[in-house]
Amino acid sequence: MSSSEAADSEGRPADIRAVPVRRPGRWLAGAIVLIIAVAIVHSVATNPRFEWHVVGSFLTDERILEGLRVTLELTVIAMAIGIALGVALAVMRLSPNPLVSGASWLYIWFFRGTPVLVQLLFWYNIAALYPKIALGIPFGPAIVNADANTLITPFTAAILGLGLNEGAYMAEIVRAGIISVDEGQSDAARSLGMTRLQTMRRIVLPQAMRVIIPPTGNETISMLKTSSLVSVIAVADLLYGAQIIYSVNFKTIQLLIVASVWYLACTSILYVGQHYLERHFGRGAGREEPLTLMQRVRLGLFTRHEEGT
Amino acid sequence: MSTPMVKAEAVHKRFGRHEVLKGIDLEVAPGAVLCLLGPSGSGKSTFLRCINHLEKINAGRLSVDGELVGYRDDGEKLHELREAEVARKRARIGMVFQHFNLFGHMTALANVACAPIYVKGLARDEARARARELLDRVGLADKHTSYPSQLSGGQQQRVAIARALAMQPKLMLFDEPTSALDPELVGDVLEAMKQLAAEGMTMIVVTHEMGFAREVADEVVFMDDGLVVEAGPPAELLERPRHERTRAFLSKVL
Repeated sequence: MSSSEAADSEGRPADIRAVPVRRPGRWLAGAIVLIIAVAIVHSVATNPRFEWHVVGSFLTDERILEGLRVTLELTVIAMAIGIALGVALAVMRLSPNPLVSGASWLYIWFFRGTPVLVQLLFWYNIAALYPKIALGIPFGPAIVNADANTLITPFTAAILGLGLNEGAYMAEIVRAGIISVDEGQSDAARSLGMTRLQTMRRIVLPQAMRVIIPPTGNETISMLKTSSLVSVIAVADLLYGAQIIYSVNFKTIQLLIVASVWYLACTSILYVGQHYLERHFGRGAGREEPLTLMQRVRLGLFTRHEEGT
Repeated sequence: MSTPMVKAEAVHKRFGRHEVLKGIDLEVAPGAVLCLLGPSGSGKSTFLRCINHLEKINAGRLSVDGELVGYRDDGEKLHELREAEVARKRARIGMVFQHFNLFGHMTALANVACAPIYVKGLARDEARARARELLDRVGLADKHTSYPSQLSGGQQQRVAIARALAMQPKLMLFDEPTSALDPELVGDVLEAMKQLAAEGMTMIVVTHEMGFAREVADEVVFMDDGLVVEAGPPAELLERPRHERTRAFLSKVL
């Protein structure tokens, strides 16, 4: 018996302390990554053409901040429309009425099957198709009449394009969530006398949230970036603000960096938010409490990976 | 004799081309406890689901408390009932499932209180007060705030019984209520059911618990392959089955 196998006072054997296997490959890979990182940082920091002072001076330019506000507004409104529409479409899709579920299928097919940029341009030019927009009885008298060009401003067109497109994607996400809820739940709800709608609203949808939330977070992050497409229909969003400035001073790269910094900042905040939202809705479903972001970072930094891969 | 609580005449049910019920005839008197026995796939559960219209029957007549299930008869034609009417009738029939089917996002108390609030429009406080009483009655006084995932199978099933009772049903359907439970937890659930039977509830119980059937049932029905093979008082059917098929089944489960 060697000393390393000595038992402690309770007769429990001591933890094994073996000489670890040497892993030169890991050191080599780490060194290569480090060298590349240093090279990139060095080049970015020393290349005078980046003109970081220009980036700094435009970071809080009024036009940039105004654009950022529009971008955030677009993201929130388009996502709200997308989620509401997605829930409606998903419930329709699961309807026993073939016309209703067919309509939902057709909608999703159309809006997922055409590029969102094309849809944005389409809404922007809707006045060419319908110069007058009237609200009233179908094929009957109109109650409200409006000129399409005044009703559909670039901002409205952007909201319509992004929101209606998002609805199609959200519909599929919500549908997946609804399907993930055990059928026994609706059996039980209906046996208690709840109607189909009550069952959906009170029992199924709340439980579908756990499956719906994570991809919805992804969609929101994606929407924040996709909204930059609206600059082509002259909506003064973050990217458009940058474009306006560089069309005058020709500091194209610097202003694109400014826009990127803001996009990155916003997506990072959303990323953290999504992480905590997932943690919240995953509660009770997993085996053990998932770690918070900070706990994960701390663990990653301060523990050595001792076990083998 | 008074109107039977459940009356089935030649009830047929098909799933696609597969015939699950091939003509079920039976009657349950008010206040009676009927146990349905039979091998799996014999149509017991399907029949139970037909009684509260979770499944539509294809042929025959099925009525609860003198009213057709799912239809209105004007003497000439059958009219399908609206969803709201079906829901209203279901509300008076409690159902307990093999896998409990408690609502996972609600506490035990909310599980019991929710249907009276949503369906009957009962005031929140009153519904919760009654839910507390019901949970106490099934022996879960200390579990009001627990979520289903924090309860044992036996506790979950007793919450499910309380949930069904919260709607003040006139008929209770039990679909293999103890089949998914660890043996040591079966007793508590059966105890709650016995208590219910003693209070005069009309019950139809699909079960493999022969002891329960013997002790509590007024009538035992043996089903096989979508048909009622034989029916009778438990002492008779369980001790002296007349049919070979019943004998073979009982010799395997007893």
